[in-house]
Amino acid sequence: MKRLFPYFKPYIWHSILGPLFKLLEATFELLVPVVVGLLVDKGLGVYVEGAGYVHADVDYIVKMSLLLVLFGVLGCVFAVVAQYFAARTATGVSAKIRSELFRRLQSLSYKDFDRLGTSTMLTRITGDVDRLQSGVNLALRLFLRSPFIVFGAVITAWIVDPGSVFTFILTVAALAVVVFSVMLGTMPLYKKSQEDLDALTLSTRENLTGVRVVRAFCREKEEEEIFDKRNEKLTRGRKVVGALSAITNPLTYVLVNGGILLLLYVGAIRVEDGLLTQGSVIALYNLMGQILVELIKFANLIVSVSKAVASGGRIGAVLTMQPSLETDEGLEEIGEDENAPFVEFRNVSMRYSDGGDPALENVSFALGRGQTLGVIGGTGSGKTTLVNLIPHFYDIYEGQVYVDGKNVREKSMQDYLRARIGVVPQKARLFKGTIRENLLWGRSDATDEELYEALKVAQALEVVADKGGLDAEVQQGGKNFSGGQKQRLTIARAIARKPDVLILDDSSSALDYATDAALKKALRGLDATVIIVSQRTFSVQNADQILVLDDGKVVGKGTHEQLLESCEEYQTIYRSQHTDAAKGVAV
Amino acid sequence: MRTDRPVKPEPQKGTLSRILKYTFRYPWAMSLSLLLSAVSVFFSLLVPILIGEGIDCIVESGILWSELTKIMTLIGGCTLLSALAQFLQSLCNNHVSVGVVRDLRKEAFHKISRLPLSYLDRRGHGDTVSRIISDADHFSDGLLMGFTQIFTGVLTIAGTVVFMLLTRWQIGLIVIFVSPLSLLLARFIATRTSRFFHAQAATRGEQTAFAEERISGLKVLRAFGQEEESQAKFDEINGRLEKAAMNATFYSSLVNPSTRFFNNLVYAAVALLGGLAVVGGGFTPGGLTKLLSYASQYMKPFNEISGVITELKGAIACAERIFALLDETEEPSDEGAEELQDVAGRVAFEDVSFSYLPEKPLIQHLSLSVEQGKRVAIVGKTGSGKTTMINLLMRFYDVSAGQVCVESKDVRAVSRSSLRESFGMVLQETWLKSGTVRENIKLGREDATDEEMIAAAKAAHAHSFIRRMEKGYDTVLSEDGGNLSEGQKQLLCIARIMLTKPPMLILDEATSSIDTCTELKIADAFAKLMEGRTSFIVAHRLSTIESADLILVMEKGQVVEQGKHEQLLAKGGAYAALYNGQFA
Repeated sequence: MKRLFPYFKPYIWHSILGPLFKLLEATFELLVPVVVGLLVDKGLGVYVEGAGYVHADVDYIVKMSLLLVLFGVLGCVFAVVAQYFAARTATGVSAKIRSELFRRLQSLSYKDFDRLGTSTMLTRITGDVDRLQSGVNLALRLFLRSPFIVFGAVITAWIVDPGSVFTFILTVAALAVVVFSVMLGTMPLYKKSQEDLDALTLSTRENLTGVRVVRAFCREKEEEEIFDKRNEKLTRGRKVVGALSAITNPLTYVLVNGGILLLLYVGAIRVEDGLLTQGSVIALYNLMGQILVELIKFANLIVSVSKAVASGGRIGAVLTMQPSLETDEGLEEIGEDENAPFVEFRNVSMRYSDGGDPALENVSFALGRGQTLGVIGGTGSGKTTLVNLIPHFYDIYEGQVYVDGKNVREKSMQDYLRARIGVVPQKARLFKGTIRENLLWGRSDATDEELYEALKVAQALEVVADKGGLDAEVQQGGKNFSGGQKQRLTIARAIARKPDVLILDDSSSALDYATDAALKKALRGLDATVIIVSQRTFSVQNADQILVLDDGKVVGKGTHEQLLESCEEYQTIYRSQHTDAAKGVAV
Repeated sequence: MRTDRPVKPEPQKGTLSRILKYTFRYPWAMSLSLLLSAVSVFFSLLVPILIGEGIDCIVESGILWSELTKIMTLIGGCTLLSALAQFLQSLCNNHVSVGVVRDLRKEAFHKISRLPLSYLDRRGHGDTVSRIISDADHFSDGLLMGFTQIFTGVLTIAGTVVFMLLTRWQIGLIVIFVSPLSLLLARFIATRTSRFFHAQAATRGEQTAFAEERISGLKVLRAFGQEEESQAKFDEINGRLEKAAMNATFYSSLVNPSTRFFNNLVYAAVALLGGLAVVGGGFTPGGLTKLLSYASQYMKPFNEISGVITELKGAIACAERIFALLDETEEPSDEGAEELQDVAGRVAFEDVSFSYLPEKPLIQHLSLSVEQGKRVAIVGKTGSGKTTMINLLMRFYDVSAGQVCVESKDVRAVSRSSLRESFGMVLQETWLKSGTVRENIKLGREDATDEEMIAAAKAAHAHSFIRRMEKGYDTVLSEDGGNLSEGQKQLLCIARIMLTKPPMLILDEATSSIDTCTELKIADAFAKLMEGRTSFIVAHRLSTIESADLILVMEKGQVVEQGKHEQLLAKGGAYAALYNGQFA
């Protein structure tokens, strides 16, 4: 929660002025019973048996009533001002937090991202911040006001009659205990309930993204059952926490009425002793009543605040997550001269978790500027892991990776790596907007001409033509494009960047052979160091160097011809694609 | 496929009565809640009377102790009863509001499985998620507040009216007629804020949709260093949301001070008139206290109700978004439709026409028939409509004209589940659910034994990598498969099919991310699986489809050539061009 305080800083005046005006308003409210007490005691005069009220001061009664009206007007004005500041702060702060949350999520390392998953991030950005917002809004309006009124009432009571003020103190102390125990008791439950909501979000998202598979397997019923189960769990949790917070109101009511009883008793004794007037008892009773009204509001506030604090904790957890990528300064540089390798791996090993199997083991290679590297190997052999280390998407477990002679862990390298490496990931993704906007992701200042050049290399000219030009709409997630169309556009996006290093991670899998061949041919004309990951020897056979990976280890390194001669694994792969037996494969 | 559909006008009155209908599903809790609130209000109204009488006992000239003790006992009793009733009522209200939201969510989720794919394909998932998750939550909060306070509010008002009239009817009348004016004021403000609430809910949905897209594509976004661009767009929506939220929050919060101001006026009037009445005789200070306390008690529910009205507006705006989802046209029900039985695998397209958009015809007058056990390969350039054929076969979409038949039955005449169960489908876009590897493989046949599952995994050559995972088959896969490679995900999807062994197969680039060696190894298993099963294979690797019994060559949604490999090659047309292109 503490993590969230800095976001209030720009609204520091708002968050001070809001409650302040609220206090002013409250002050007038506190004065109301006093005025009524005066009205009764002084205005009505003295009661004389048989003669009614003598020495009644009608002017005084009218004056006091007008004073009440004046207090009403002032109270209203102050309340509106307070309301404004509170709303400003609540919406402003939560907008800031939402924005910061999104920024933070975007900067998470791939590792943390793999671990967290999309759904929980979504609920945090939306639901949790919403709860925080309404909590802050209410808190600014009431959190100071209620204690103020309560203590104000106690102090006023003390002014009215110091002798009976202990009844107030007892009541307030008992109330404080109740309110805070309920708050402490419900907070963890609200947090739990938000986690249950995460599970519900997951179900919903999953069934939307996987709708075809769900329907193909006629899993609708089962998925509904899973959702229903999670829904029931959430509902049960909410009922429990609801029941707990439902205790607050009746309990405060009982306590305050108990206080009133005590007050009546003590008041009666003191009146009997001539220490107190009847008007004062009325004033004291009204003050006690005010405490009750205020506390009922406060109890409702507690629910919102407990929810907000629980959500705030979930938000804070993300905000305190450090991007877990490690960077260093002043790391050793290698080779300045022209012929130095542009991309180099030195004894690189990789594990995704400390206890897990190595995804890469002791990989070393050096690739000159402008050269092409082919990476080939079986499913799960570590190809994607290898290329993900070049732009430093994951921390390297052991060994060093150099790009342009500099260690990728070097702090000053991070911007370079993001800006000058073009990646075409395995899973083609486009984003809502236009084709042009998607391509400009590569380089924001690219001209149309440059975009068309990139499209040409990526064999995507016809896709653009088919959709009606660069300004054609791309729907959320690129839904209105087929797999192959998306793939070609994602390739164009990377090429548009004119990258120093272009990484194609098995990104022509949805392309037909003719298109793929044309693409590979066009790529040769690019002025970039190219890394091609593929399952097919055909895609890498022209590379200057080919790495053959098996189970995370390099089992072959060399050109197509060399490997065909010396590398058994490569031969097997090659044969699987070039013998007649291969042609019998039906899929 | 376009998203800009006209926005439906959403009538609010209907929404309110619909919400009520949902609450009436809990008749016991509802009536109990009403009863309990009557009890709690009754006793809580008695308390100020008793206190007033108690105060009248405390006179300077002498305390009426015996009277006072009796009254104090009564106060204690009433307090306890009222508190108990209040507590039980809260439980009932909570029960109903939590229950209603559960029901709504359930219906909304179940709705998803009955919506046509054309709807789901067109929509951002985030917006739908926002409806089922956030909107439902906001609705729940509003509903709970609404219940608790409107019930007691109305009853308190009614009760106080009676007591006030009994205490001093002249002054009572003033309070009774003036105070409700504050409701008019509240209504005036609420009507004007209602559009802010709509704007807030809609912008929230938009933001969720945007965040969903960006977060699920975060890796790409990072690779392209687009954090700033995303942030800018997010902040733009966020700015609008902030404004909408500010408007909704501030304007709705005006209600409270303005109604309270009104009440203060009434309070002052009561003090004045009451004071004068005491002076004039026939009225006691205790009576005045009672009256003043009633006045504030009478006004309090108006305050609360007016507060609740704005809260409810927000809740209704959210409910409308859920109802809009529930109201979407569903796929025609196939209840009572014939179950497809004894599928041998005869499939025919009869004069089929289809298009996603009416103005962009795709498939036109396509006819073809496939004999049992044949292997049909669909080839063509990317985007030529191969996947559309699968959409029609699986009945994800319905044809615009003509018919698709399985076993000479129009697929629209049989139940969807029996049709889909007779196909085994592996798509290029893999989809794994979060859960264990075991659950994922057994997706199509939950009752399969572990031996069968392992056999299927072995056939798909997934067994060895699964075994190497931390907990083998019990390893929990995170959302979207976590850090499994695309190829490994595909192997798992293939294992599913190997386990279900359906009568027909659809393989849409099913091995595109799998290395060719593994592919070769799986090929045997696939060959065995395909034996006697009609299969539809979409592939771009021509080498792998030469042995198909029928090759359909597609171009721009049309089947331009069909036949066997040799025939088509000899023809020297589109197929030959594709085939030769492979080695260019």
